[in-house]
Amino acid sequence: MSVLLAQGVEVTAGEAWTFWLLAPIAVIGALGMVLARNAVHSALWLVLTMLALGVFYVVQSAPFLGLVQVVVYTGAIMMLFLFVLMLVGRDAADSLIETLRGQRAAAVLVGGGLAALLATGTYRWLEGTPAAGLAEANAEHGGNTEGLANLLFSRWVLGFELTGALLIVAALGALMLTHIVREPGERLSQPEQMRARFAPGNYPAPKPGPGVFATSSSNTTPAKLPDGTASPRSISPILPIRELTAAEAADKETER
Amino acid sequence: MLSQAPTLADFGHDTWWVIIIKVLAAFVFGVVMTLLGVWFERRMIGWMQVRPGPNRAGPFGLLQTLADGLKMAFKEDLRPRGSDRLVFLIAPCISAVCALTALAVIPFGPIVSIFGERTPLQVTDVPVAVLVLLAVSALSVYGVVLGGWASGSPYPLLGGLRASAQMISYEVTMGLAVVTVFMLAGSMSTSEIVAAQASNPELSIGGATLAVPGWYVLLLLPTFVIFAISAVGETNRLPFDLPEAESELVAGFMTEYSSLKFALFMLSEYIHMVVASAVITTLFLAGWRAPWPVSVWDGANQGWWPLLWFMGKVVLVMFVFVWLRATLPRLRYDQFMRLGWKVLIPLALGWVLVLGGTRVAQVSDLSRSEQLWLGGAVAAVLLLAVLFWPARRQPSRPSPAEQVAARPPGSFPLPPLDLQVPPSPQARRAVAAKRTAASGRSEAEPAVKRPLEGRAGTDPEGGEQDG
Repeated sequence: MSVLLAQGVEVTAGEAWTFWLLAPIAVIGALGMVLARNAVHSALWLVLTMLALGVFYVVQSAPFLGLVQVVVYTGAIMMLFLFVLMLVGRDAADSLIETLRGQRAAAVLVGGGLAALLATGTYRWLEGTPAAGLAEANAEHGGNTEGLANLLFSRWVLGFELTGALLIVAALGALMLTHIVREPGERLSQPEQMRARFAPGNYPAPKPGPGVFATSSSNTTPAKLPDGTASPRSISPILPIRELTAAEAADKETER
Repeated sequence: MLSQAPTLADFGHDTWWVIIIKVLAAFVFGVVMTLLGVWFERRMIGWMQVRPGPNRAGPFGLLQTLADGLKMAFKEDLRPRGSDRLVFLIAPCISAVCALTALAVIPFGPIVSIFGERTPLQVTDVPVAVLVLLAVSALSVYGVVLGGWASGSPYPLLGGLRASAQMISYEVTMGLAVVTVFMLAGSMSTSEIVAAQASNPELSIGGATLAVPGWYVLLLLPTFVIFAISAVGETNRLPFDLPEAESELVAGFMTEYSSLKFALFMLSEYIHMVVASAVITTLFLAGWRAPWPVSVWDGANQGWWPLLWFMGKVVLVMFVFVWLRATLPRLRYDQFMRLGWKVLIPLALGWVLVLGGTRVAQVSDLSRSEQLWLGGAVAAVLLLAVLFWPARRQPSRPSPAEQVAARPPGSFPLPPLDLQVPPSPQARRAVAAKRTAASGRSEAEPAVKRPLEGRAGTDPEGGEQDG
């Protein structure tokens, strides 16, 4: 802020209000993302932070960047995250038992170190850069979006093409790792299944239930076919076929 | 005096009460269009299915949706035990808020005077307004996905999963389709896209210049088709309403919702349809600009009249949405994904390439003959590719009669395929009994025999009794 004020850039009241309203929300979202037990809640907190960042970009006169942030990161990438989380299941809450000793302390240390490194590096890099002002930078190509497009498609075009190729290679690699080669004919199509169902030798109607026309209603008693024989299709293959013997089926003098 | 068509510079200077009026008007537009949209859809589908549709509440059943909304408000608000309390509550709110937000960047008309204040008939416009629409439609799917997840039961979860996959694939198509609009209009602001469609570009064919109408539905017909299809996919409307497919998933993501939360989902679904119609109108049908026979009149594009043309176009596009729903069956999920990824995205990408190449050739300092040579070469390559593309040979299908004849012996018995219903044995017996009784009384009784004689070929018993 002091750097900006030293160069005489005015911060309007609306911008200041937006910042002081949304900055705490962004920080709360970041903290909630780390602290939430449920993975989906964690993702939602991250969405909140990303939306706040998008609004910040818009307020900083970079509407294209802000909206692309919302469309690409919030709209597509976080949606993919949610998709995977929902596929994994809703009870996949993180367990808080530390499996590696001292892992948390090391994570705090390394994370803080990385943040400090990035911050000081960026500061040192930008320290002596003369600020031309947004109006002058935009005037060159007629607008913010146009200037960005010009940079992307001229100076940085190779970098972006390489990044795109890298992403495609990564996606193809992931596909290759999960791909299962199927022999032709291994998987029957719907018409083939239908034809097989009505082919001779297969009975397409529902199978007879166990115990139909039988001497007992037990699940192990097969149904009787019209000619009186037992139908092996009517009982589960893991159950042995068991007909009552003549002695068992005989009148036990208990009915009276 | 300000010009009638607003430019980006005309936005952001309104006094506070004008802003409030415009925001409220957009909100009321969304809600009223939902009320009328539900009625319109039910009446239209009723008309297409030759039945009256809702016609009890109010004139022509206009108040039916209002009555339904009131009924929903007084229903019991249920929440399943396994649900996620907070997310279950905010999911419908996200849907409704995002759907309504999109109305903020839709241009309803030119600069008008509201109580002496001159202001564009649009809540606001930004240099990237179409991206706002895309972003908002991307966020509104969160409502569907989270609603499905938070319900804590399988059908809604499946609906939510489908919604997320559907949204990602169809938003890519939508984004690629609007790129061509940006290329032609040279802007991403909705008001400027409307303004760009006002000019009639001149096409010179062999010396004669021809003024082509500037509507992008004509200039960018492939884009229009791709965008319209993906808009149907994005709004979860039939034939692409897989997230709530009632024949597969009960009601999909809305299964566990009741009362006002369900009403919010319904509201957002219909506002989505209205917004999609308005976006199609803005991007391809020249927004509020008067259509050709009316545009001859000078006052057609001034004052409040354009609101009428805009509404007319929106209702027309909504009618097409309803028409689609009444006509087409729902796609299977894999067919839907194949359409999105294997047909629409490559088409959109190729069209962007073609249009980009054309633009580059136009602005480059090539001579006329060189441009023609270049275009001819590209066309020849495409033609060769189409001609020599390895086509999969379709085996000729045998006719149904041949298929039946080819069935191996012992196959499952088939009903008659010529749609001739064999006479029921019961009826035959009754007729035979009547005839024996009648022949005992008198000799001539042809009235009963006639129909049986006509059917003698199919009836083996009839023949022998007649003889």
